[in-house]
Amino acid sequence: MPVAAPIVQVRELTKVFRQGEINVTALHRINLEIAAGEFLTLMGPSGSGKSTLLHIIAGIDRPTSGDCIVQERNIGALNESELADWRNQNVGFVFQTFNLIPVLSAFENVELPLLLTQLSARDRRRQVTTALELVGLSDRMKHLPRQLSGGQEQRVAIARALVTDPQLIVADEPTGNLDSHSAADVLDILRRLSRDARKTVIMVTHDPKAAAYGTRSIHLEKGELTN
Amino acid sequence: MLPLFKYHLRSIFIRWRSTVATILGLALVIAVFVLVQSLAVGIEKASANSGDPRNLLITRQGALAETTSVITREQFNIIRYLPGLAQDNAGQPLASADVLLIINLPRREATGNANVMLRGVAPAGRALRPQVTLVEGRWFEPGRREAVASRRLAGRFANLQVGQKFKTGGVELTVVGLFDAARSAFDSELWIDADEARSAFDRPDYSSVLVRPENEAAAARIKAALEAERRLKVKAVREVDYYKEQTRTAGPIRWLGNGLAVVMSIGAMFAAMNTLYASVGARTREIGTLRVLGFRRRSILLGFLLEGGLLAGFGGALGCVFALPMHGYSTGTLGWETFSEIVFDFQITPILAAQAVAFAIVVGLLGSFLPALRAARLPVIASLKSV
Repeated sequence: MPVAAPIVQVRELTKVFRQGEINVTALHRINLEIAAGEFLTLMGPSGSGKSTLLHIIAGIDRPTSGDCIVQERNIGALNESELADWRNQNVGFVFQTFNLIPVLSAFENVELPLLLTQLSARDRRRQVTTALELVGLSDRMKHLPRQLSGGQEQRVAIARALVTDPQLIVADEPTGNLDSHSAADVLDILRRLSRDARKTVIMVTHDPKAAAYGTRSIHLEKGELTN
Repeated sequence: MLPLFKYHLRSIFIRWRSTVATILGLALVIAVFVLVQSLAVGIEKASANSGDPRNLLITRQGALAETTSVITREQFNIIRYLPGLAQDNAGQPLASADVLLIINLPRREATGNANVMLRGVAPAGRALRPQVTLVEGRWFEPGRREAVASRRLAGRFANLQVGQKFKTGGVELTVVGLFDAARSAFDSELWIDADEARSAFDRPDYSSVLVRPENEAAAARIKAALEAERRLKVKAVREVDYYKEQTRTAGPIRWLGNGLAVVMSIGAMFAAMNTLYASVGARTREIGTLRVLGFRRRSILLGFLLEGGLLAGFGGALGCVFALPMHGYSTGTLGWETFSEIVFDFQITPILAAQAVAFAIVVGLLGSFLPALRAARLPVIASLKSV
């Protein structure tokens, strides 16, 4: 059950993809509330619509119908540029494949979202350093992604997600490419962010062990919530 | 400054093989562009170096060049005694009546013949052209069939070294000296005494008169007086303006250079386009990630245009470097005004180099536009799923 006022409200949300001549319903009339500070895990088989739901909540996809209100803002009503700004200011992303920029160092990767803010270089440096310290990588700042292990890369990705201090952090199978030890480290960081920093974390996972780190788990099947 | 400058700069060199191929292709285009344009610049510079702003050149009305002008001895006598002319140390007016002739001479190493400008000059003519200095031998003496050649011309034609003789129009002339004309149009000339030229080549008249007025006011008065005197039918122009007008030979060279550059740049544009398309294809996920992080389509578009511009800028700079060894190299071509050989240098000036790099950047921007547009329009979700 939600423990505080909802930060995310999903109402009658439907997403239909067109594949050639066929309409495929990825999400069907989803209703969901996520409270601030919650660590919600989305589970379900492949093709169940969990990633699509995550993308819509994070503002990188749009619903076919229904509303997705995040921090009292209907993000479906924003245009492309507004949505880009909104994502930069309000959402941190963690991907399964880390998605670090290979030609940039760990520091520069984490700094990327801050380049779109008005912060001075000095303030950016301070925030990036803090974020990398939080994930235990302050000694790897100058390393390129290829010089890091998978677990370290994912921790850099988490630092990048944190650096703008967003209220919402979305993670799409963040441990899918990691060994169990690194996976545990990453999940522990996400849990701490939810528990200690009151960040709202929404994580898609197939792994019940990973889901156990969350405060609530919901299941999707064929585009519908099953619990 | 673009926030992603560092990212785009470094990305250029990730796929270094295609990057190097594109840069080299562009460098080649720019080297050709620079070389051909440097010929035009060389001709223009030679003409620009020729005149003295204090001198007036007087030719027949309607004549487009000295070679098509006729000034009679009577006209010369009227002109040389006009009030307001500066005088030399001997108290003589600084006025030189020149005879311009086009003669045909064999090139060195028996590579055929070409026309050369032969200038008959009065003693005052040398004083009026201080940029022409003797570098070997001595000046010709009036009354003797002697010539002094431009050192650069002597490097291109047979029998023009000091002590050698050459025949033209049944007249045999001995080369007694070589001069340097400070990279001016006179570097394309042979000089002999004016009266000797008239007598040897049976020319009763002169071609032009060069005078030095005392000052600006006197120049204006002399110009007005000559134009008002209808019987004379002559015109006076500043010597510098006359040579500025004589740069028409550079026109076709410029057009050739521009045409070649445009044709070759189409190929270079496709090379840049190909490189950028490959780059966008290989970086689809990176682009998707940047979009997710909040970078707008416009930023992505500008970033890839920047890459194309940088790539081309490197190519342009390299092209200038490739062309640079030719700077100062002396060559010759047919002058359209006189149909005689004009000698000049390849001149790669900073302005020409800047124009070449700017041209390369334009080629790069045009070539990268479509790939950049594609990058900016990539759907975010599909980009993130790209392998």
